[in-house]
Amino acid sequence: MPKDHGIGASQKRREDVRFLTGTGQYTDDISTYGQTYCVFLRSDVAHGTITGLDASEAEAMPGVVRIFTGKDFEGIGGLPCGWEVTDKNGKPMKEPAHPVLAQGKVRHVGDPIAAVVAESLEEARNAAEAIVYDIDELPAVVDMKAALQAGATKVHDDLDDNLCYDWQFGSDQAAIDEAFSKAAHVTTLELINNRLVANPMEPRVALGEYNRANDESTLYTTSQNPHVIRLLMGAFVLGIPEHKLRVVAPDVGGGFGTKIFHYAEEAFVTFASRQINRPVKWTSTRSEAFMSDAHGRDHVTKIELALDADNNFIGLRTDTLANMGAYLSTFSSSVPTWLHGTLMAGNYKTPAIQVNVKAVFTNTVPVDAYRGAGRPEATFQLERLVDKAARELGVDPIALRRQNFIDSFPYATPVAVEYDTGDYTATMDKLEEMIDRAGFEARRKESEANGKLRGLGINCYIEACGIAPSNLVGQLGARAGLYDAATVRVNATGSISVMVGAHSHGQGHETAFPQVVAEMLGIDESMIDIVHGDTSKIPFGMGTYGSRSLAVCGSAMVRATEKIINKAKKIAGHLLEASDADIELKDGQFTVAGTDKSVAWGDVTLAAYVPHNYPLEDIEPGLEETAFYDPANFTYPSGAYACELELDPETGRVTIERFAAADDFGNVVNPMIVEGQVHGGLAQGIGQALLESCVYDENGQLLSASYMDYAMPRADDLPFYLVDHSCATPCTHNPLGVKGCGEAGAIGSPPAVVNAVIDALHSGGYTHVDHVDMPVSPHRVWKAMQG
Amino acid sequence: MYSFELEIPTTVADAVAALGKDEAQPLAGGQTLIPSLKARLAAPSVLVSLAQIDEIKGVTIEGGTVTIGGGTTHATVAAEVAEAYPALSYLAINIGDPAVRNRGTIGGSLANNDPSACYPAAALASGATIVTNTREIAADDYFEGMFTTALEEGEIVTAVKFPVPEAAAYIKFEQPASRFALVGVFLAKYADGVRVAVTGASEDGVFRWSEAEDALSNSFGADALEGLSLSGDGMISDLHGSGDYRAHLIAVLTKRAVKAAA
Repeated sequence: MPKDHGIGASQKRREDVRFLTGTGQYTDDISTYGQTYCVFLRSDVAHGTITGLDASEAEAMPGVVRIFTGKDFEGIGGLPCGWEVTDKNGKPMKEPAHPVLAQGKVRHVGDPIAAVVAESLEEARNAAEAIVYDIDELPAVVDMKAALQAGATKVHDDLDDNLCYDWQFGSDQAAIDEAFSKAAHVTTLELINNRLVANPMEPRVALGEYNRANDESTLYTTSQNPHVIRLLMGAFVLGIPEHKLRVVAPDVGGGFGTKIFHYAEEAFVTFASRQINRPVKWTSTRSEAFMSDAHGRDHVTKIELALDADNNFIGLRTDTLANMGAYLSTFSSSVPTWLHGTLMAGNYKTPAIQVNVKAVFTNTVPVDAYRGAGRPEATFQLERLVDKAARELGVDPIALRRQNFIDSFPYATPVAVEYDTGDYTATMDKLEEMIDRAGFEARRKESEANGKLRGLGINCYIEACGIAPSNLVGQLGARAGLYDAATVRVNATGSISVMVGAHSHGQGHETAFPQVVAEMLGIDESMIDIVHGDTSKIPFGMGTYGSRSLAVCGSAMVRATEKIINKAKKIAGHLLEASDADIELKDGQFTVAGTDKSVAWGDVTLAAYVPHNYPLEDIEPGLEETAFYDPANFTYPSGAYACELELDPETGRVTIERFAAADDFGNVVNPMIVEGQVHGGLAQGIGQALLESCVYDENGQLLSASYMDYAMPRADDLPFYLVDHSCATPCTHNPLGVKGCGEAGAIGSPPAVVNAVIDALHSGGYTHVDHVDMPVSPHRVWKAMQG
Repeated sequence: MYSFELEIPTTVADAVAALGKDEAQPLAGGQTLIPSLKARLAAPSVLVSLAQIDEIKGVTIEGGTVTIGGGTTHATVAAEVAEAYPALSYLAINIGDPAVRNRGTIGGSLANNDPSACYPAAALASGATIVTNTREIAADDYFEGMFTTALEEGEIVTAVKFPVPEAAAYIKFEQPASRFALVGVFLAKYADGVRVAVTGASEDGVFRWSEAEDALSNSFGADALEGLSLSGDGMISDLHGSGDYRAHLIAVLTKRAVKAAA
């Protein structure tokens, strides 16, 4: 019988009741007394100098409360970058100013020039259109290679060039040179990791409110991490101390990374509400989201693998150009470096690895973390390369991988991380069992009889999740700690509120977290609620990203619950006139070991708050504990994925027929939620592989600026998935043994898809095709087939 | 959206009168116009809704002709012509999603003449007649290029008459994002010959592929198309496909249409 309670139970998500019945409370659902509406005037050119800006007529229009321009923000901080990367010469990255409203220049289409605050949205839009401004257009820098050429137009006049940093990491030059000089075979691949727009279902919204009576500001915002926003905006932008600033992220309709960052609009509405002493609300349109939400990916990479005569991997070298866009978004600098370079070993015991990354400024929307953040880019290049190597060597791609798997743990890679545990052979065995590889040839023949080609693509992945050990990331340049925190408040009748630093915006924390506490206490989940998303209610935790919530915040929750149990046993011991060392807690009952003397959970919690019969001389009344948890290491989920697809050689169209994912997430609290996370991740990964593409023209105009041209994956683009997480090697360093599952699907699936496309093409005789860049659109496949 | 006056006439005559107002614009199903208004890309002072005019709604099937009222939704077309003209029904049921099909109308689509829309291919391949409040226009004379038709200012598509072919098929190759036709080929076989109309591909909007028509009229079978091809010159080239790719797809889809119709 599957468990229906506690850890391991597939409980239905309690939050879905409100999400599915339209009773969720999203930021745009919040309206406050006296609220005004804000519309941004955004640049329609990619690069230019603002030579004139006159809002006087617009300001006189009906309903306009005030119009703000860059002048209003002189002397106010710009948006900070949360991670300082040091380049290979020991110099800090270039960190240009990132103003809230443009200061004399615009640097991407969508860069905000002015903001109108009015009584109604309609009046704000009318006035925004009436603002008179002139921009002297400058040549736009779009292509990264062109941006790095001598004499290229500079995105930032005060910098020497468009190079943010030139980063090198991993084995020393001699080791790399030696590996490649003695290689029996070298496989090389050049590829692009396509730029993506996250497109959460709920666009971003920010509502700033100021209370003059107590000088407090409140920001309601669509964020994955309200405390991070409070820290960044309060300390670095607006100079508001923490106790005068509250940030609330209520229900959030999808984040995918793009709602981690501190955005100009958040700082603006908070600032403006203080200036006009009225609430100010901004709601992004979908069109605005395309040009103001941070984008993801956008790497151009050359990667080389050295193999010895026995097909052992002996060296790996990568060169990547990473697009930063026009400004450094909050965690942009860390994505192509510490979240990417450190994962280049993948699942393989390659002894020498060197990673080179040049980060480049261009006149495009800033690029930052998107589901997987750096790890999908690492996985894609490595797993495409290994597949190409197998093809060049004429060996089985699974066998080549198996031969090179890391097989003893802990394993310290040449790129700084130490994998605590894993079993890559087990997940590959499981995958082969799931996909009926033996039957593939028959299925291929059947496709061929219908005029189609059939391909099977395999890959492995590993990711570093549970972000992150603060002391380590601090050494690497992080400007924040990455611990998390939880407060367990047991109420007098035994019900529990758990205040957590993690934020749930689709992950199901409100269901899964209570399962953990319920398991520990032996009480029913219905007695436990999770409180999240409001800095005035929750401890100072760092939010949700990097598949960290359960591994880091969940660990804090476990620690806090352990403190609760310890104290509750003392109270129970007092009530039972026994030593607390003899008290056992099981199924919500405290029992004196070896006796039938017991008190119920509710008796103990009541005693804590009505301490008439209570050891007041020994312990305080009340039952509330907080724990902060800083992980000792990253966690390392891993797995093996397979994609089987059909390719129509006449049109180039690819349809996925089967997709299988064998993941090792360590222990699993709610298997159904975990599978849902994998499904969603796979949809995003397959979306990247086949459909999604954010494209600028050479003038920096965004061509894929709406759903007419930006292809999101839809249900009928996706197959039924086979997913499995039974190959579990529990994490060795956190109390739950969990690793995190949120990003795996998006990390692990793109190479499987492209590997399958190449396999299909080769089976049809198109053996000249080494690679097709993502998205693998029908047009691209057809072009590749033409040679 | 800018503010506008909304007129909701219930007869064609009242609609025509309302369209005489300064900067008036007809609103059919609104699947193109409403998004344009929301994006403030259009600013009519009067919108004349055609949605409540019963006399331009509905489908009649009589003497080998399917007549569809201009205000008939895609969903209704799909349901009503399923037996009489299956290829047309198939076309209608594959436009957009249910919300689009329950609002969008055939008259609106033909009046807009989006170069990637489906209906223009059906009308042109069927040699349909576009009936307006003032006249009847042969499909061959109606389509004048991207977003351009023979309609005069204030003229309303009241009906479309489709002669029912002996055999027909519509093959749409979807643009992955919009799911409009990247290329769509409508083929209709009549006693006096085969007509092949192509949407999505040309910079001049929907067009007939006369070479293919001649070959298929001679001998109706995919083999008749062997060796026939179109040039990519003058074809739309965008994020989703080059002109050459579109030209290639036309040949592929036309063969498939022949097989589907046969």
